Amino acid sequence: MEKLEVKIPKSRKDLPITPLSIPVIGSIGKTGDWRTFKPVIDYSKCTRCLWCWIYCPEGVITREEDDTPRIDYEYCKGCGICAEVCPLKAIEMVREK
Amino acid sequence: MVHTIIDTANHIAAYAAKAARVKVVAAYPITPQTTVVEKIAEFVESGEMDAEYIRVESEHSAMAACVGAEAAGVRTFTATSAHGLALMHEVLHWAAGSRLPIVMSVINRAMGAPWSIWPDFSDSLSQRDTGWIQFYCSDNQEVFDTIIQAYKVCEDKRVLLPAMVCSEGFILSHTFMPVIVPEQEEIDDFLPPYDPGWILDIENPLSHANLVSPEWYMEFRYMIQQAMENAKNLIVEVDREYGRRFGFEHGGLIEKYQCEDADLILVTMGTMGSEAKISVNNLRKEDLKVGLARVRVFRPFPKEEIRKLAENTQMLTTIDRHVSFGFEGFLATEVKASLYSREKGMADPPLVAGFLAGLGGRDVTYRDIEEIAKKSWKWMEEGKVKEEIVWWNLRE
Amino acid sequence: MVSLKELPKEEYLLKGNAACAGCGAAISLRLLFKALGNKVILIVPACCTTVIQGPYPYTSVKVPLLNIVFEATGAAASGVVAALKKRGIDDVTVVGWAGDGGTADIGIQALSGAAERGTNFIYICYDNEAYGNTGMQRSGATPFGAWTTTTPTGKREHKKDVPMIMAAHGIPYVATAIPSYPMDLIRKLRKAKEMRGTKYIHILSPCPTGWRYPGSKTIEIGKLAVETGLWALYEIENGVFKLSPPSARLLDKEKRKPVELYLKAQGRFRHLTDEDIAEIQRWVDAAWEKYKKLQSN
Repeated sequence: MEKLEVKIPKSRKDLPITPLSIPVIGSIGKTGDWRTFKPVIDYSKCTRCLWCWIYCPEGVITREEDDTPRIDYEYCKGCGICAEVCPLKAIEMVREK
Repeated sequence: MVHTIIDTANHIAAYAAKAARVKVVAAYPITPQTTVVEKIAEFVESGEMDAEYIRVESEHSAMAACVGAEAAGVRTFTATSAHGLALMHEVLHWAAGSRLPIVMSVINRAMGAPWSIWPDFSDSLSQRDTGWIQFYCSDNQEVFDTIIQAYKVCEDKRVLLPAMVCSEGFILSHTFMPVIVPEQEEIDDFLPPYDPGWILDIENPLSHANLVSPEWYMEFRYMIQQAMENAKNLIVEVDREYGRRFGFEHGGLIEKYQCEDADLILVTMGTMGSEAKISVNNLRKEDLKVGLARVRVFRPFPKEEIRKLAENTQMLTTIDRHVSFGFEGFLATEVKASLYSREKGMADPPLVAGFLAGLGGRDVTYRDIEEIAKKSWKWMEEGKVKEEIVWWNLRE
Repeated sequence: MVSLKELPKEEYLLKGNAACAGCGAAISLRLLFKALGNKVILIVPACCTTVIQGPYPYTSVKVPLLNIVFEATGAAASGVVAALKKRGIDDVTVVGWAGDGGTADIGIQALSGAAERGTNFIYICYDNEAYGNTGMQRSGATPFGAWTTTTPTGKREHKKDVPMIMAAHGIPYVATAIPSYPMDLIRKLRKAKEMRGTKYIHILSPCPTGWRYPGSKTIEIGKLAVETGLWALYEIENGVFKLSPPSARLLDKEKRKPVELYLKAQGRFRHLTDEDIAEIQRWVDAAWEKYKKLQSN
């Protein structure tokens, strides 16, 4: 069969015959809104070891070309795992306003 | 070109699955279905049938495996009876909601408790609300033809629903009858390879059937209902086409026998529908204008056909092989519901009498049906259905 | 042995999903894709991941995913495997991804059947030791003493040993893992992918919501589970038992931290008496006697 075109429905005619869902970032919304504390990386201490990246449950930490970790605050839930696992203690959980 | 096989309906069902070039069979044995899956096992192991046969560990798993296989893009088949069908119940809902055109042979057998191995329709009729198309066969030829036709109907993009092809245990399943089987090339031409409505595809990753809120759930259900409506015409067309090509058709939604001038029409399903033809012939010898409407397709329910039959007759007598406890036989209810007045001042519909017969495999002969017809005839003359439900041949 | 840097950057569990903050299962699923890539079909029964996907028309999983009824992961996977075989597709990994409920309890029949038939797929149980999706009721995998909503004074029975049950099926590969040791998990997943037959991986998946600890401690709790010996990392490959490096060093009882450290870190064990803790320590020590015998064979 040729590739199934699936779209976000606005009306009944847009519906697929059976519920087929499209992979998106933010399927539940901007999960950055969940957090109370946000992780802040001190890049002067960061050795680009990547432990924060691998342990982040959300995958909001991306690696730049030189493996510098960047946090996507739109989706970071503020769980604090990255701060816990950083061997250099280079990540601080900072209370947000 | 055709050839004849003389075999039991169960083996015939296996031949049909083979002829339909089914690619995955997942099934669990249960009396009286066992010889279907045993025959398929023989076909697969001899290389005669090019399919994966998953010898699952329960019927619930059988249907789940069929869902998995069909979602991954191949034509599947399974078979079961009674408690096996009941065990599949939740997955039947899942398959229909997933719009996967699985075809299943249901070898009708009475539900327990207590254990019974003999036929009635308590197993399949209990599943009438699941979104599965339901065919009821009256002989082995029809079993073969209907399985092939079912794939064609179900896989049509206007339908994409699963179907059960029902045949009564022992009466058909273990009885030898001659069946004319078309040549494989002709069947291939009639039934092209499966082209899925949707598929699990690495190139197009989607999640199937995750949570649907009240915002859209109803619309998905509406589409299933629409598919059932589409199936009505398609079933008739496909049966006619099959008849044109191969010489056998089975009445589409309802097989009508001598209904045109009938004052009383017997409405029933399965092999009782076959017996009833003999009854009709005998009754007509006694100048009683009786006809037979054998409901071949119970879902989608052919209400338009019932209404048409009702226009030219005085009475419909339903003979059911299962009762919905707390109410009545299924045909009785659905026939009456089809005829219920939708407009003030409409002419009275014909009388409808409901008989229950053959539960748990009790024999229903053409003599029984003649007597049922005569009892109904008296009521028709008196203009009153004296007993709302009659349990035929009930012991004192 | 691959390093962190060599792991792929692509994410197939997309951010902004409904997993709880600090979810062990989410880390595990991310690691699954790091290990196997995206030529994967996931079969997912009713479990936390059902919810993590999010609501139609969106999903947070970027591989083809078949949701299926609670009991039937092993059966639906068998069907998918059979179909792909008939279609001549042999470069796709079929993965059953189920919680402990859908594995140890309601799903065990279908899993056992699939394993007995030698179904060529990877079955992964991510085990948060309760029925997470429905609000933390106990499962067969809930450990002794744990609070759950249906064992409010603590479960009286010990945890069902599903990995050993699966090993008894004689399947080619059984392994235990935990997201706290990601390279160990990735190694096991990649090994499983290269093998034919049924491969079973049981991932202990710390759950802040059910185990009652702050989400930031998921990795630490997992490490404690291993360091106390409560969760042994091992493989059983073609019947040969082998402890994995983080656990192999713990054969010497002295090297194992006392279970109390692990238990006291979680609210679900808050009500444990000294006797309960002693019972758990006894159970762990008994398990390690067994591992010692298996390892020496």
